[in-house]
Amino acid sequence: MTQAEIKLCSLLLQEHFGEIVEKIGVHLIRTGSQPLRVIAHDTGTSLDQVKKALCVLVQHNLVSYQVHKRGVVEYEAQCSRVLRMLRYPRYIYTTKTLYSDTGELIVEELLLNGKLTMSTVVKKVADRLTETMEDGKTMDYAEVSNTFVRLADTHFVQRCPSVPTTENSDPGPPPPAPTLVINEKDMYLVPKLSLIGKGKRRRSSDEDAAGEPKAKRPKHTTDNKEPIPDDGIYWQANLDRFHQHFRDQAIVSAVANRMDQTSSEIVRTMLRMSEITTSSSAAFTQPLSSNEIFRSLPVGYNISKQVLDQYLTLLADDPLEFVGKSGDSGGGMYVINLHKALASLATATLESVVQERFGSRCARIFRLVLQKKHLEQKQVEDFAMIPAKEAKDMLYKMLSENFISLQEIPKTPDHAPSRTFYLYTVNILSAARMLLHRCYKSIANLIERRQFETKENKRLLEKSQRVEAIIASMQATGAEEAQLQEIEEMITAPERQQLETLKRNVNKLDASEIQVDETIFLLESYIECTMKRL
Amino acid sequence: MASRGGGRGRGRGQLTFNMEAVGIGKGDALPPPTLQPSPLFPPLEFRPVPLPSGEEGEYVLALKQELRGAMRQLPYFIRPAVPKRDWRRLPRELKIRVRKLQKERITILLPKRPHKTSEDKEETIQKLETLEKKEEEVTSEEDEEKEEEEEKEEEEEEEYDEEEHEEETDYIMSYFDNGEDFGGDSDDNMDEAIY
Repeated sequence: MTQAEIKLCSLLLQEHFGEIVEKIGVHLIRTGSQPLRVIAHDTGTSLDQVKKALCVLVQHNLVSYQVHKRGVVEYEAQCSRVLRMLRYPRYIYTTKTLYSDTGELIVEELLLNGKLTMSTVVKKVADRLTETMEDGKTMDYAEVSNTFVRLADTHFVQRCPSVPTTENSDPGPPPPAPTLVINEKDMYLVPKLSLIGKGKRRRSSDEDAAGEPKAKRPKHTTDNKEPIPDDGIYWQANLDRFHQHFRDQAIVSAVANRMDQTSSEIVRTMLRMSEITTSSSAAFTQPLSSNEIFRSLPVGYNISKQVLDQYLTLLADDPLEFVGKSGDSGGGMYVINLHKALASLATATLESVVQERFGSRCARIFRLVLQKKHLEQKQVEDFAMIPAKEAKDMLYKMLSENFISLQEIPKTPDHAPSRTFYLYTVNILSAARMLLHRCYKSIANLIERRQFETKENKRLLEKSQRVEAIIASMQATGAEEAQLQEIEEMITAPERQQLETLKRNVNKLDASEIQVDETIFLLESYIECTMKRL
Repeated sequence: MASRGGGRGRGRGQLTFNMEAVGIGKGDALPPPTLQPSPLFPPLEFRPVPLPSGEEGEYVLALKQELRGAMRQLPYFIRPAVPKRDWRRLPRELKIRVRKLQKERITILLPKRPHKTSEDKEETIQKLETLEKKEEEVTSEEDEEKEEEEEKEEEEEEEYDEEEHEEETDYIMSYFDNGEDFGGDSDDNMDEAIY
């Protein structure tokens, strides 16, 4: 784990879980797998606190445990999983676009709580939705369950590994930690629950919305004592599936930018058809015949078979090679080259960064070296049609920032510099890694700056919160306009200005974090798929 | 040995590479010497591209800020606990009161979640404990028993606790800290009434 990653993990853990969890988490990330006693001793925190922190981390899938010999349980932190916390808003928003508010809240509850049973999720979401609905309406559990089942069917939520049901009556002592297992087939199997009920509003118990009869309330209290039917079956959000979805989205929008809307729709159809059949780390999707694609096109698109064939041929011939032709049966078998697509996206990201950082002439040189693979300095000047001095300057600037690297080819065995070729080349993998590292640093800086800004204006923020609370309570008890005006004037105009500026800055910093996270996603996916291939 | 003396031999001033290729011609002035450390931030040549705005961007932004706030309120956010006090120096009545509130705090911190996860937590807590010495086992088991007893009592207290929770819990921390200052201030004069 690089220092930048550890710093970022530390900031994220501190923001979301507090300082104690942060201390324990960072210690585990730095030192690897450790047992409980050693953690407590090394971090100097009390055993109680370490236990609480570890519980929280395990609950959120950030730390895993393993029983080693002699019954010692060791805990290991997953640094990459901690970094996923940056992406939570994106996951939730994606679910909203696919499954509307119900799905959004389900995924939000699962992400905020780490793992939950289905019945708990359904109940919480129903309650939350009921809060937002108009008076007199409540959310039925059945509707929420349906959405949950749909999420499980499309693999967006999955079952957590569970305690194995051991039949043997082992006379020995129970193991210090359970070894959790999960069967591949069961991962998306929804237990048969009959969840009947409606969401409850969190109001005083006298006014029960929807006029539920009083008889129902004793039933609610007895529910707490009844065993929940799906005890022990916990669900978590399946982040890999979300990543697959983001990747598909990126590919479709790339095709739309490069060609037109129809071709992007065709690619989207192909990706949708291979969602469940292709594993997330495959290099190609399963081959799809042109007939199948034609049948699966969305209903609105009435293009003829020939036009579809023309589009497919066009896509297959495109130098970016997103789509490839793998055979001729069934009217032509086509695959989507996922790895090539990711590589193109990563390269485009690099080009864009060079352009924004150094200017469009540098970008021209960069693209040139990318295309020609290896170039001497003289050749760069000739091909790019940029005067020698400027070209030299730009090349060295990019070299110092490690976007371009130098390859030495000696002519003589003594590697004399005057008799050696120096070729400029772009190594995409290492440039991507360098950029990823920079992204981690950037986000850490952004978070620090945001915390600094908030801390600077803490007094002002607290004051405005108090004033708002006062106004809200006065409005609730029905105060006059004049009194409200008076209270509002407690915050002077320059203070208001300051608050506005603060809000604007914090929003900008937050939006930048989200933007950098998108870049991180592309680069990480590219690096991951390239490493798998090697 | 002659050539090594002071570096004033024939090889002085020769470089391994061709200077012209680098761009410094013969007779050109060298760049000015640097007398101070480089500035903290490099000069920004190009302004950054504006951030994407629009409905999606704003929704995700609002979501992010909401999540941040929500996570602080969940029981998973562990706040640093008040340090242990020396009970010999403080009046006994303080001890009981603080212990009761301490118990409340423990119950706030741990399950506000539904039953099943809390019982699971207790399972894993118990599993963690099997590695510990007996003393620590006993105290944490005691705590859990008290938690289970108090969970029912908590339902009445829960609403009050939520209000406490919604404010900055730091206030509650400093509220307790007064006890320490109290004890520290009234060192030997225990006659004074402690409010």
